[in-house]
Amino acid sequence: MSDLTRRAALGAIGATLGAAAFAKAMEPLQKFTSGITLDQFLQRHYRELSPEDVQVLLRRVEEDTLRDRGAHVEVRDDKPIPGVQFGYALNLSVCNGCRKCAEACHEENNHDRATNQSYIRVFEINQGSIDFETANTTYDHAVPAPGKYYMPVQCQQCDNAPCVSVCPVEATWKEEDGIVVIDYDWCIGCRYCEAACPYHARRFNWTKPEIDAEEINPDQGYLSNRVRPQGVVEKCHFCLHRTRRGKLPACVEACPTGARVFGNLLDPDSPIRWVLDNKRVFVLKEELGTRPRFFYFFDS
Amino acid sequence: MSTANTTTTTVLASANDESHLVTYPRFLWECLKISFAGGPIFYAWMTLLTALALVGANAWANQMGEGMILTNMTDHVSWGLYIANFTFGVGLAAGAVMMVIPAYLYDDEEMHDVVIIGELLAIAAIIVCVAFVIVDMGRPDRLWHMIPGLGRFHWPMSMLAWDVLVLNGYLLLNLHITGYMIYSRFIGKPLRRTWYVPFVFLSVAWAISIHTVTAFLYTGLGSRPFWNDAIIAPRFIASAFVTGPAFLILALNLIRRLGRLEIPDGPIETLTSILRVTVWINLFLLSAEVFTQFYTGGTHAASAHYLYFGLEGKRALVPWIWSAIALNGTAAVILISPAGRRHAGLVLVSCVMTFTGVWIEKGMGMVVPGFVPSTMHELVEYVPSLTEWKLTVGIWAMGIGIFTVAVKIATHMLTGRSGLGPAARSRGGRH
Repeated sequence: MSDLTRRAALGAIGATLGAAAFAKAMEPLQKFTSGITLDQFLQRHYRELSPEDVQVLLRRVEEDTLRDRGAHVEVRDDKPIPGVQFGYALNLSVCNGCRKCAEACHEENNHDRATNQSYIRVFEINQGSIDFETANTTYDHAVPAPGKYYMPVQCQQCDNAPCVSVCPVEATWKEEDGIVVIDYDWCIGCRYCEAACPYHARRFNWTKPEIDAEEINPDQGYLSNRVRPQGVVEKCHFCLHRTRRGKLPACVEACPTGARVFGNLLDPDSPIRWVLDNKRVFVLKEELGTRPRFFYFFDS
Repeated sequence: MSTANTTTTTVLASANDESHLVTYPRFLWECLKISFAGGPIFYAWMTLLTALALVGANAWANQMGEGMILTNMTDHVSWGLYIANFTFGVGLAAGAVMMVIPAYLYDDEEMHDVVIIGELLAIAAIIVCVAFVIVDMGRPDRLWHMIPGLGRFHWPMSMLAWDVLVLNGYLLLNLHITGYMIYSRFIGKPLRRTWYVPFVFLSVAWAISIHTVTAFLYTGLGSRPFWNDAIIAPRFIASAFVTGPAFLILALNLIRRLGRLEIPDGPIETLTSILRVTVWINLFLLSAEVFTQFYTGGTHAASAHYLYFGLEGKRALVPWIWSAIALNGTAAVILISPAGRRHAGLVLVSCVMTFTGVWIEKGMGMVVPGFVPSTMHELVEYVPSLTEWKLTVGIWAMGIGIFTVAVKIATHMLTGRSGLGPAARSRGGRH
């Protein structure tokens, strides 16, 4: 055998071994790729879809949920109501830190059961300051504790939202009624929005959310509480699948103290307007210029 | 040079008459052949790099299957080792321009002969950066959403959209410049300045832009005081001009020993002179930042406290950052000391030290404290998982492999050992 052919043979063996090793190394990728259908892969951005396209998509999401999760659900696409601008206020004097709001959010919005996820986190803060450095969200004792007060924090639905500015693919945007939403089927999972949000309002699906079929809330919205895919970001959406139908967000309904006030900022008779007109309200991190739609106040 | 070109042109007339449709595929085929041919050291080196890259590929496949839960990132520290390496890699790519500037702006003839090594480093480093971004994405299957026209490219608002533009632009510029030079040499045609010189000058400005835009990714975030600081972009540029020359000095010495391209002392000396200054500028900018943080104090300095001294008993980054400062400081002193000027070996040691120092300082030392404490002042620490380390090693192995093969192809072609026509063989490595 000449030197040349021997080298060629060795080269061919090397290349074959290399290719085989590569195929073997990449094998676990199948678990990911097998979960994605061609329709899902090619799906357009929500805002580029015609009303007919949306209907097709909603039915497909329902079928996907039945196939993947074994749950019969109804996915709707409620649009913003003209003349409605949503706003939220929270009375810090009466909030007692019971976290019923966080629990209601967890159930309403089909959150991951394993991490007990919720869009709401409640800070226990020392009386006499609004100092987050000495506050914590992991308290585990009877509430209200002496010397403490409680500040629930969720998405502030900023009018000048940093998360919307930084998204490289316009997967998140502000709707006409003021709600910042995410197209879960367009998000690429870069988490730049998580880095940008000043309020820790965004959550990433580090793995496929875990939720039993019988626990899935079947009353779903495309831009809100449908079960999220792995690898995308999610956040509070003011329960738009409820609020755009005249209902209150789940957290407002669940609050036993009446600390939570929600409504249409353009309606002069709404409770939210009464709070803004009669209480000295403030917003979190006003100096950042994010212009939140979420207000806090104390009774006095 | 001009007479040599005339004779070359006549001798190679037959080769030049052929269409690029014929010669370009032959060129690519030749590149492929060179990539797979070499001595025992080359085979051992490439086998090692391939094996490491495969470990990384396997870790990525697992990460995609199970989700990014296999990393130790959380909603609190949502970027980690991957984005740290991405940031560092952009600096390495930009720093490569420190060979281009002497060669083209100052007409340094000897640098001119080896400047292609810098341009090839830029290519390899950008590919590494892109890989780190892709493995950090939760949904790389949706990468096409970023393609202008096909997806929805959020330009000019998103700094990440800008970064996609400048990084890919820099990659294309350097691919064109190096590809044109090597291909011209392969077919034995003289270089036409209009085909590459404007691109070279553009690449100098572009190199600065890639690292500035990468800094703006961070500095534009008002919610994170550790990053929301105008000095980050100048610091990035300064440290890029540390890592670029440091890596290139090491690479040129290795090529001189193992490769067949003649490397004169001049370029190495020029790069060492640059490095002597930039390590100190880097340390100066660092001290300016440290003073501002600690003298002012308050909540805004919490991240710096966490980084340098630990906060509330949490101190995962403290050993890292002090190692970085020790490495950079020692290298800076060695480089200006009389001994460091006399012994080439000490320069090489300083290069390794400061390269590692900057990797820590502007990698983990820059990215992670931005998240600790988080925006609502919660202290959640981050230490990379095994998956993250495997992927990181794998991606760098891939990048070094690409650089090795690219340098091999370039030296083969530029020294005239491959080419169409006999005249190509008699020429030196100049362009």
